[in-house]
Amino acid sequence: MSAVTELLQQTVEGVGAGAVYASLALALVLIHRFTGIVNFAQGELAMLSTYVAWQLMASGMPFWLALPVTLAVSFVGGMLVERVVIRPVEGAPELTLVIVTVGLFIFVNAAAGLIWSFTVKDFPQPFPDGGIDLAGVSVGWSTLGIIGVVAAVMGLLYLLFQHTSVGLVMRAVAANPTSARLSGIRVGRVLMLGWGLAATVGAVSGVLVAPLLFLEPNMMGGVLIYAFAAATLGGFDSPVGAVVGGLLVGIAETLAGAYVDVVGADLKIGVPLVIILVVLLVRPQGLFGRAAVERA
Amino acid sequence: MSTITGILRADGARAGRTRAALIALAATVAVVGAPFYFAPFQVFQLTMVLVYAVALAGLNLLVGHGGQISLGHGAFFAAGAYTAAVMLDRFDTGHLATLPVAAAGCFLLGLGFGVPALRLRGLYLALVTLSFAVFLPLLLKRLEPWTGGSMGLTVDKPQPPAWSGLAEDQWLYFLVLAVTAFALLVARNLLRSRVGRALLAVRDHESAAEVMGVRLSLHKTLAFAWSGMFAGVAGCLYTWVIGFVSPDSFSFVLSITLLAGLVVGGLASLYGPLLGAAFVMYVPNVAQDLSEAAPGVVFGLLIIAVMYVAPAGLAGLAGRIGSAAARRLPRTRTPDGTHTARPTPSGTSATSADPTPPEAEVQAQAEPVGAPPRTEEE
Repeated sequence: MSAVTELLQQTVEGVGAGAVYASLALALVLIHRFTGIVNFAQGELAMLSTYVAWQLMASGMPFWLALPVTLAVSFVGGMLVERVVIRPVEGAPELTLVIVTVGLFIFVNAAAGLIWSFTVKDFPQPFPDGGIDLAGVSVGWSTLGIIGVVAAVMGLLYLLFQHTSVGLVMRAVAANPTSARLSGIRVGRVLMLGWGLAATVGAVSGVLVAPLLFLEPNMMGGVLIYAFAAATLGGFDSPVGAVVGGLLVGIAETLAGAYVDVVGADLKIGVPLVIILVVLLVRPQGLFGRAAVERA
Repeated sequence: MSTITGILRADGARAGRTRAALIALAATVAVVGAPFYFAPFQVFQLTMVLVYAVALAGLNLLVGHGGQISLGHGAFFAAGAYTAAVMLDRFDTGHLATLPVAAAGCFLLGLGFGVPALRLRGLYLALVTLSFAVFLPLLLKRLEPWTGGSMGLTVDKPQPPAWSGLAEDQWLYFLVLAVTAFALLVARNLLRSRVGRALLAVRDHESAAEVMGVRLSLHKTLAFAWSGMFAGVAGCLYTWVIGFVSPDSFSFVLSITLLAGLVVGGLASLYGPLLGAAFVMYVPNVAQDLSEAAPGVVFGLLIIAVMYVAPAGLAGLAGRIGSAAARRLPRTRTPDGTHTARPTPSGTSATSADPTPPEAEVQAQAEPVGAPPRTEEE
């Protein structure tokens, strides 16, 4: 295998990993746009959704039926979390919000351990083995499947936001909650909807990543860091940025692991750390974000 | 009658001071006597409470008083612990020598972290510190020649000198007690100095503080440095007490647990770190009996609950009960003034018909606890 094919092969694998980060980053960005909160519990909610899918399949449901049921459960779950956990501290200082979502993180993680135990579970791979060969670069069906699912989610979200009346209302709330409320929009319900959507998108990332990582309560901890890096790189208020950021982070991670000796396989988690630091120091609003103008 | 109440009041003030002294004396006796009363394992637990208290005092400087969020203080803790362990293991230095090195090293590390923290606020700072906390254990595994990799390092614990006649756990307790007392004193004095007031000003309103002549960059960076130093000292004590370090002891869960403990104990309160440390030590212990996951469930629920009902934490809650009691007391005074609100030291008013003493008792004990912004005379 020539060096170029090798590089392309690594890049393809990076894109596959990046698509998963992109979907979790998308969930983070959705919530950040609506509520200004960075949800530290996003990965854990996705993990919980994955357990729901696992439970459904363990009771005999086929994957492609379990998936929509899981997404529906996640949607309702996300709305409930907003209503029950987040609403009481709406508008509180950032420190309070961070601490509440961290509390939610700890709680959900432990609750999953309590219900399903901390032993690792096998999660079935929904896509067939093997793949196609493109000029010496083998692309697995699972990679293609992940990319396809994430692209479909992106497309659906785009249609929802740009071409439906609900989407219009949601964009109004994200742009200016006060004006939206004054023009008769029930802002609280829209926020619930936003959290529900984010939980659904997060659930997609959880279900996609579970076959690769094995299912256990701490599965999403690492993925969350990559998603943070992706959202930071793309800009925390840009859904497109989240996806582009996710893909870039995935590629950077894979390439650094393969070609930079110091990084190797074990220190890959340093890559998102470096990306977050560099982006925040050089261009804090990210690639696609708008710089916030602040009046003291 | 006014003279009578006047006398009573003056008497009460003097009695209050005597009572405070008595409480301090009783606390000292309890703290010093504890290792002789409890079993070795319980003494070890108390020692760990003191260790965590130092780390939480540092985190409190940064989060409670500085208003900056750190989800990565476990990393400083780990750095301190590993500094001590590597010095003991590779260079065979004495235990006492590790303390200043760990403190200085973590101070510098904090200083280095404080520089990016200048440009990062709130959420972003939380992100960076969290990812650092996730990264550090893996780095420790990689640096195997120094850190022993994932096997960790086993080092000697400080041995009690022969003249003391103490058992190992008792000697450790007193060593840690001395360091903790000193560290808490430093933290308290730091907060009452120029630096502390500048920190509070920056937390409450950056621009206003800057206009008043506070150098933002200097104080925000220093807050990180001081805070990292305390966490490093706590890590060093941890190595002394446990005698073993491994990367898995310092996963990012530790960082989150520290923040959780501080929040539950009470942000920006002098006694919050102590209460939080007890919480971090004992709640997992008690809950562990139920199941492996129970500590997390309890922790998570408590953190959220504390944010809803008592943002000032346990320390603040005690203070609030105290002031609520104080507000209610004047109303319970009967018109003829025979029942004074404060129980007299002789206890004459503490008849069974008098409803006030329980509340007043709560207040008397709670008063020093819930004292975050007070500037009482020393």
